[in-house]
Amino acid sequence: MPKRLNPLQVYRYLPQTNCGECGEKSCMAFASKLIEREVSVEKCKPLFRDPRYASKLKELLKLIRPPVKEVLFGVPPHEVKIGGKDVVYRHEWTWRFQTAIMIDIHDEMDEDEISKRVKFVNEFKYIRIGKELTLDGLAIRCVSGIPEKFAKVVSRVMKLTSKPFILCSYDPNVLEEALIVAKDRKPLIYAANERNWKDVANLSIKYKCPLVVSAPGNPDLLRSLVKSLKEHFGLDDLVLDPGTNLGDSIIDTISLFSALRYAAIEEGDELLGYPLLGVPAVIWLDKEKSPEEKAYIESIIASSLMSRYADILIMHSTDVWPILPVIVWRDCVYTDPRVPPSVKPGLYEIGKPNENSPLLVTGNFALTYYLVKDDVEKAKIDAWLLVIDTEGISVESAVAGKKFTSDKIAEAVQEFNLAEKVKHKTIILPGYAARLSGELEDMLKDWRVFVGPRDSANIKKFIDKVWIPEVFGEKSEE
Amino acid sequence: MEEHKRKAFKDLLNLISEAEEIELTDVVIDADELTVTFIPPQAPQMPGYFKLTLEPLTGASKLELLVEASPQGVRLISLPPAPPAKPKPVELIKVKFEYPKLPFKGKIAEVTIGATKSEGGTRSHIIKVGGSSSMPFFLFAETPPNPMVATLDVFDMPSAPRPVREIYGDAINDPAEWARVAVEKFGADIISLHLISTDPGIKDTPVSEAAKVVENVLQAVKVPLIIGGSGDPEKDVKLFTKLAEVTAGERIVFNSITLDMNIEKAVKPIKEHGHDVIALAFIDINQAKDLCRKAMEAGLPKNRIILDPTTGALGYGIEYSFSIMERIRLSALLGEEVLQVPMCSASSNAWAAREARSKDPSLGPREIRGPLWEVSTAIIALLAGTDLFMMLHPRAMRTIRMFAEALKKVRKPLSEAGYESWVTAKY
Repeated sequence: MPKRLNPLQVYRYLPQTNCGECGEKSCMAFASKLIEREVSVEKCKPLFRDPRYASKLKELLKLIRPPVKEVLFGVPPHEVKIGGKDVVYRHEWTWRFQTAIMIDIHDEMDEDEISKRVKFVNEFKYIRIGKELTLDGLAIRCVSGIPEKFAKVVSRVMKLTSKPFILCSYDPNVLEEALIVAKDRKPLIYAANERNWKDVANLSIKYKCPLVVSAPGNPDLLRSLVKSLKEHFGLDDLVLDPGTNLGDSIIDTISLFSALRYAAIEEGDELLGYPLLGVPAVIWLDKEKSPEEKAYIESIIASSLMSRYADILIMHSTDVWPILPVIVWRDCVYTDPRVPPSVKPGLYEIGKPNENSPLLVTGNFALTYYLVKDDVEKAKIDAWLLVIDTEGISVESAVAGKKFTSDKIAEAVQEFNLAEKVKHKTIILPGYAARLSGELEDMLKDWRVFVGPRDSANIKKFIDKVWIPEVFGEKSEE
Repeated sequence: MEEHKRKAFKDLLNLISEAEEIELTDVVIDADELTVTFIPPQAPQMPGYFKLTLEPLTGASKLELLVEASPQGVRLISLPPAPPAKPKPVELIKVKFEYPKLPFKGKIAEVTIGATKSEGGTRSHIIKVGGSSSMPFFLFAETPPNPMVATLDVFDMPSAPRPVREIYGDAINDPAEWARVAVEKFGADIISLHLISTDPGIKDTPVSEAAKVVENVLQAVKVPLIIGGSGDPEKDVKLFTKLAEVTAGERIVFNSITLDMNIEKAVKPIKEHGHDVIALAFIDINQAKDLCRKAMEAGLPKNRIILDPTTGALGYGIEYSFSIMERIRLSALLGEEVLQVPMCSASSNAWAAREARSKDPSLGPREIRGPLWEVSTAIIALLAGTDLFMMLHPRAMRTIRMFAEALKKVRKPLSEAGYESWVTAKY
């Protein structure tokens, strides 16, 4: 179970001046939000600015540190924060700081290929419920083994994007050459392992960049490396790479990720209290599968590892279709499980509907509502949208679960006095509720019931076909 | 002071006066103040410098002060930071990782689907689901006794998204043929037949006709069967009563009972003729408990009930299914008896998602986007504790089966060299 603090425990370490610089009315209000993880501690400027509070700050940071540390890399406006997890199971408390998704490039790709891939990362955008889903950055791999060549590619990439990146090599010389070029962009360094950890630790200190600790398939070594890096070098901005298997053994990776995160949170293992890195891109090492098959499996590995605690993922595919499920799942799983995904039931106006405008019915699952609304708006149709209380579930499930019923629709028609609002007395059901049409016609005596499309994207086509002005009057008065 | 001590002290002072640097170890100076007297050099333009180093015994960072002394006076000059100490030879601190000890005490019941000749049926094999005593893929705790199972869906009327219709071709018009292709061509080892046309809101196909469809499918394929009804609580009681009788001995799974049904009446024929049942709850743990309890009160033991907590499509509520399933499975493992039943998921619901069906070419070819959407939905349910998947697309089914088969195999451990080539290889 998550460790929950009470506001007083935190308040002790705040300035207690109620200065309001953080935007809260009082230090106590700030304390309450801080324990709910609704504000970040950096908002309390005096605490960081005034040396008198130095010891308070130190204690406070220790107190509020989540069992999985927050690690930052990159620079504003594209700075990425990963980790910061308080719970194993999402229903206990919202997972914070979305898994970062990084796309790889390497220093032996030709210039066009690099530009194309960087452009893809810069421009990838999928809009869902009014939100833009994007990719976080790049993983730049050193394939050549030549420090100068790698550094040159890194500096080219820096000109092409302001998004963060990971410098990937096990050779400290290669890493240092690139860090000289890139240190101001605060890249994530990949990686310290059993062979190079002392040298790479010094790079992490010298260039002030966070560091990935890699111990593929060897959790004993992983803990040993973390302990050594902490105690010998004082490092704390770490990311863990337990290794990602390919083929059948991917299920062992899922198991290991689960064990590591469980140990960090439920058993308080501080050596494992850092973000986890997964590399779905390993599937591209498979020589036998077709590129399509690899992209398909890479996508599934990415979604699986995201469900099982990966805080950062490195992927190779730059097709939209394998990235789409991953990025949508990320958007879903990082929502607050306490907030119902619903909108208020009732009658909504889209555009400026009048007595001749179509009347559509749908459920109150937020996503359903926004999809229908977006599609009707995009089609430039003025319409009435009657939203039935389906307890926040989709129309299809709500029909099966008897939450989207003819009774409820008939009641709403009464409640909102729709016989007065529209002259045509026609109601359009969603396609998934087709089976209600007969029953609803019986209930709403002099009404017509139309069965609309299943997908709201087809509403435009549907309305264009059936909404004939001679029957329903002009759509709009203009 | 005694003479010999005095002499020794004088010798010491002489020694100090010639020394460039004095290091005192194991000396305790018990004083509130320490006064160091400098003798400035005679030439005023050449001040003398003294370095004073204060170093704690613990080896922590030391303080170095530089004092400038001239005939005009003494002043402290700040020193440039000391060059970093030569790295001490450091060794790897070796520690072990202990796999977590889990608090789970409960065990999920094992449900058998289908019956061979020796068990009184006509199926070629049986399938077992459930039986685990940990969360899915917590392989450090257990390898589950039965890997998860994926079916292929067959409908009693041509109802499937285009990418699936294209795969089956004409077979989609005949449920028996559809089932045969699913088994023979696509390797399904269990079929989920959905008699959707019996829905009074669709075709209201009579019970007797539905029974014929079931008989045809049982003839056409020898794999175990899940049979879904209309979703109408009254019609399904009639339907299950008849179908349970005509399929007696086959250990069919009837899909599904819901809270708005007369559960006792629905369960009676299923129990009497030796079948199993799916209990369908709607993303609500209390509803799930209630329903399972009622099914048990109606006479079905745990090992004949499968719970379907409802699967929303990826992007359309899957996260609620995910968390409810996880809560149900955790609760069962922590000892909640009524929830100690396997869970199933209609992952084919994924096809309700626009991203799965859309023709929009900018989203990539839907021939692969569709099955990927379905299998992604299924994997999410799998990781939350689902044991049985009802699936539409053969490719998606095969992917879930790949995960299931991996559980039974001796798997290759990760080799460091092999893994590290993800960084250094061209691909």
